[in-house]
Amino acid sequence: MPQLVRKGVRIDDSFAEAFPMSGTGLVITAPNRKWAMIAAHTMTGFATSVIGCGCEAGVDTELSAKETPDGRPGVRILLFAMSSKDAEKQLVNRLGQCVLTCPGTAVFRALDGEFEIKVGDAVRQFGDKFQISKSLDGRRYWRVPVMDGEFLVESKVGLTKKCVGGGNLLVMGADWDSTMRATEAGVEAIRGVHGAITPFPGGIVRSGSKVGSKYKGMGASTNDAYCPTLSGLGTSVLDPDIGCVLEIVIDGLTDAAVADAMRAGLKAIIALGPKNGAKRIGAGNYGGKLGPFHYHLKDLLP
Amino acid sequence: MKPLLFALRQEPEQRLDLSKITPDRLVGRTQKEIEAIDIGTTKVGAKVGDLFKVRLGDATSLHFEGGSERFDLLGAKLLPGFSIHVEGDAGAQLGRGALGGTITVAGDAGPYLASGMAGGHIDVDGDCGDFLGAPLAGEIAGMAGGRVIVRGNAGQRAGDRLRRGIIIIEGDAGADLGSRAIAGTIIALGAAAGRIGYLNKRASLVLAQDADFGPTYVDCGAHHFTFARLFSRTLAEDSRRAARLLSQKLRRYAGDTAVYGKGEILTPA
Repeated sequence: MPQLVRKGVRIDDSFAEAFPMSGTGLVITAPNRKWAMIAAHTMTGFATSVIGCGCEAGVDTELSAKETPDGRPGVRILLFAMSSKDAEKQLVNRLGQCVLTCPGTAVFRALDGEFEIKVGDAVRQFGDKFQISKSLDGRRYWRVPVMDGEFLVESKVGLTKKCVGGGNLLVMGADWDSTMRATEAGVEAIRGVHGAITPFPGGIVRSGSKVGSKYKGMGASTNDAYCPTLSGLGTSVLDPDIGCVLEIVIDGLTDAAVADAMRAGLKAIIALGPKNGAKRIGAGNYGGKLGPFHYHLKDLLP
Repeated sequence: MKPLLFALRQEPEQRLDLSKITPDRLVGRTQKEIEAIDIGTTKVGAKVGDLFKVRLGDATSLHFEGGSERFDLLGAKLLPGFSIHVEGDAGAQLGRGALGGTITVAGDAGPYLASGMAGGHIDVDGDCGDFLGAPLAGEIAGMAGGRVIVRGNAGQRAGDRLRRGIIIIEGDAGADLGSRAIAGTIIALGAAAGRIGYLNKRASLVLAQDADFGPTYVDCGAHHFTFARLFSRTLAEDSRRAARLLSQKLRRYAGDTAVYGKGEILTPA
């Protein structure tokens, strides 16, 4: 594969191929950071990939008390799915089981989209007719009595179909430790990008997949071309100095957010250099025919 | 561009129907056309030109130089994006049925202020008459949205049959505040008298001063309400004192249990 070199790190002349998704989000607040974060992490747990989880979700940004509608510490989470129906189902289920139940929390909209999802309107009935609504500046909120006081939840939140899922970076290094160091630096940098999340554990996935399998009925299987223990086989694309590959997958509210996230990730990984971090960076695609969004690494380099 | 100015020549000799000179109806009109509008309510009649010196300007924003308690129906059915300012008093039914926009009054306002209002923002520097936000005879519900701030005192039965929206009374409220309220929020920073929240269905009355609410309001203890924090932040620009009241720990009296009972009176704990 033709390559560019930046600070000794080889960059594949390749691109990440991404897909349109439906996205929505919530601002979750609580009396303190700890419980806002617990609610956010619980709600976005088991949401790494749409294949098995129904959605991809993660923490976008932490909000200070000054930035939230009710003046308490908060967290902005984003949730993406292949259809708006899936997004709505996942959001409402997760809200009902993970945020309604979490002590101290309140829920507000995180974005205004072309569509609206009934959120408070869906969980309000938990209040068994003791719930009351409050209208403020054109927005409606439900006050649902719960055992620690009241659960305040906005009636509707925005949903947009202009989201992009599947931006990615393949980080290749000599061994697990150095590759992890580089990948973690990349994830950390992406965390600072507004409107983009990395849904996998710690933002990192080690089981990158290819389309298809030798087994009947399996849509996806291990990306053997990037498995270091298969590097001697003819199908491998790895160089002899690569002993570990980790992937960062990125979902964003907009095309630009994904591009910005990849740019930030690339910069941080390259800054670490090949000695302590990654020796090579690539990107995953399916030949460019499946997804309408292409992010060429050479365009995103620092 | 300067606002469209109406300078009052002398105290009107009859009550005036000012619903005909809301900003949206004046856009594109010439000075002559505006001066010819009949705003009288008696057989004698009264033209705008007889009572006001008109100076053309940006018609989305009206400015009344001088007011009167005979200025009825000022800003009726006002639409979003328009504004009216009165340097003086206003009469009955100020902002009646307004759908949006802003009305500011430097003096007092008459009865039925913001009656049937569905949106918009009214700020009265002085006092207002009875039946703030209330429905007129025969109507089922009162004010259904928007925000009213009365810096002075309000008359009797403010917030009667309130359906939605926020009323802030910085001074004292007359008897039977929030009577028959259906929903919405009333905040009173002064004293309140009479049967407070009489037959209140599910409105929130936030009172700075505790009072006897009668046996149909039941004490539900003192709590920190998240919704009150939200209101506190949103209302801070309109009334700092109201915002401070809402940010406190509040005692909740649920009621009126003589009716629906889903409403409440909140007072500082």
